[in-house]
Parts: sequence; C-alpha cells; structure tokens
Amino acid sequence: MITTTHYLIVSLVLFTLGVVGMVVRRNFIVVLMCVELILNAANINFIAFSRQLGGLTGQVFAVFVITIAAAEAAIGLGIIVALMRLKQTVNLDRVSEMEG
Amino acid sequence: MDWLLLHFAAIVFYCLAAVAVAGAIGVIAFRSPVHAALSLLCTFVAVAGLFVLAHAEFLAAVQIFVYAGGIMVLFLFVIMLVNVRTIPREPQYLARLVPAAVIAALVLAACLGAGLWAAVHGAPASASGLTQIAGQTTGNTEAVGWSLYRDYLLPFEVVSVVLLVAMIGAIVMGRREPGRERA
Repeated sequence: MITTTHYLIVSLVLFTLGVVGMVVRRNFIVVLMCVELILNAANINFIAFSRQLGGLTGQVFAVFVITIAAAEAAIGLGIIVALMRLKQTVNLDRVSEMEG
Repeated sequence: MDWLLLHFAAIVFYCLAAVAVAGAIGVIAFRSPVHAALSLLCTFVAVAGLFVLAHAEFLAAVQIFVYAGGIMVLFLFVIMLVNVRTIPREPQYLARLVPAAVIAALVLAACLGAGLWAAVHGAPASASGLTQIAGQTTGNTEAVGWSLYRDYLLPFEVVSVVLLVAMIGAIVMGRREPGRERA
C-alpha cells in the first residue's frame, strides 16, 4: 500500500538532491536543472496531498508551479545566453562581480 | 502471481521512484550538461508516472508536454547554442562538497525528524471535513479544468501575465544589442 508518506519521501530526496546540486555544480545550466528538480519535488508534494485529501486544489496549484517553472527556465536560459555573450563562460564561480 | 497483482501499484511506484532518484543523481553527477539534461528527462518521465499512480492524469500529461517537450528542448537548445566544446574544460567540476553534504544532512534530518515527531505526537491525518469537488463522476482533466477556470480564475490570469513577462524578458536578454556585436 502506497501512502502519502512514500510520496513525501521521494519528494524529499529529489528536493535534497536539487539543493545539493545547486551548491555543488558550477555550470549555470546544470544549476537551472537542479531548480527544476526542486520544483518537481514541490509538485510531488502537491499531488500527494491532493490524493490524500481528495480534492483538486493541489493539482491546480501544481499546474501553476509548472507554469512558473517554464517561466523560470525561459528567464534563466536567457540569462545564460546573455552571460555567454558577455563573458564567454557558464561557470558560476567566474561570475562574481556582485560579491562585493 | 496473486502477490504480484496485489502489490502491482507498489512495485510500479518503487520502480518509478528509483528511476526518478537515479535521474536526479545523474543530473548532479554527470560532467557533461547534455548527459545531465537527458538524466533530468528520465526524472521528469518517472515523476509523470508517479502522477498517474496518484490519479493525477492531467498533471502527468502536462508534465510530459511542458517539461519533457518544452523545457527539456529549451535546455538542449541552449546547450547547443552555448556550444559547450568551446568552453575550456574545468579540471574540477564539483565544488563545495562539504557544505553541500552538511546542507543535505540537515535538510534530510530536519524533514525526517519533523515527520517522525508528527507521526508520534500529531493527530492522525484524516480526510474528514473536506469537501469533495465534482470530480467523482467526470474525468480528471475535466475536473481540473473546472476547478481551474471556476475557483482559480484570478491566479490563472496572473500566471498568464507572469508567463508574458518572462517571455518578454527572455527575448530582451537574448537579443543581440545593436552596435555591440561580439568580436
């Protein structure tokens, strides 16, 4: 029997892997992929609770999360293209002008 | 055979969860961004399978369309555009492993601890007192659409504005500025 807890554990693992990837990787493109992983983990949570509570609100909000993920991917990839044009790198450790 | 039929959903769930987690590990571990993107694709498809198991068929279809069809293509397109081969290979593509390990351990411990605490002390979760939306007799897609366009019309419109702004922003950032051509 698959319970909500099973879904939550999968979501937790995906979320943690996404956070670790954001910290560990230096490639901007891969960091964006890790953000997508985190948003997917949030979606799994929404679906799991929607299943448990028997309503559809979770699914509707998951649609919104997917929309925001698409917007975020478009913006992020636009930043990557601009960054590539400006500095010819996608390495985040090379882009540290705003560190102060 | 009976055992297999009895636990079919659980077996499928564990297979999909394993694929999703393996894909997520691949995103972090593969050095090449293309391999990471394909690994992420595995995760997306597996998560769509998890949605089907949770009776969210519409979400599964949207997941495949938007993530696997749209966002993945966008990622691969940008990887092609950026042309990874021209970038000098970093001798070390992972960094800050120790803080990452600490963060992962803290997040996992906090979430599992909170879950265990709630399981021991908290009230058992129940679905009582929650209204059932008209979705029992209709299909999932119809029910989600009904809920989306009736109960959540304003957020829906706001999100469309967000998408529009993101589109304009991406166009502006990706545009080559006149007079500042790359050498």
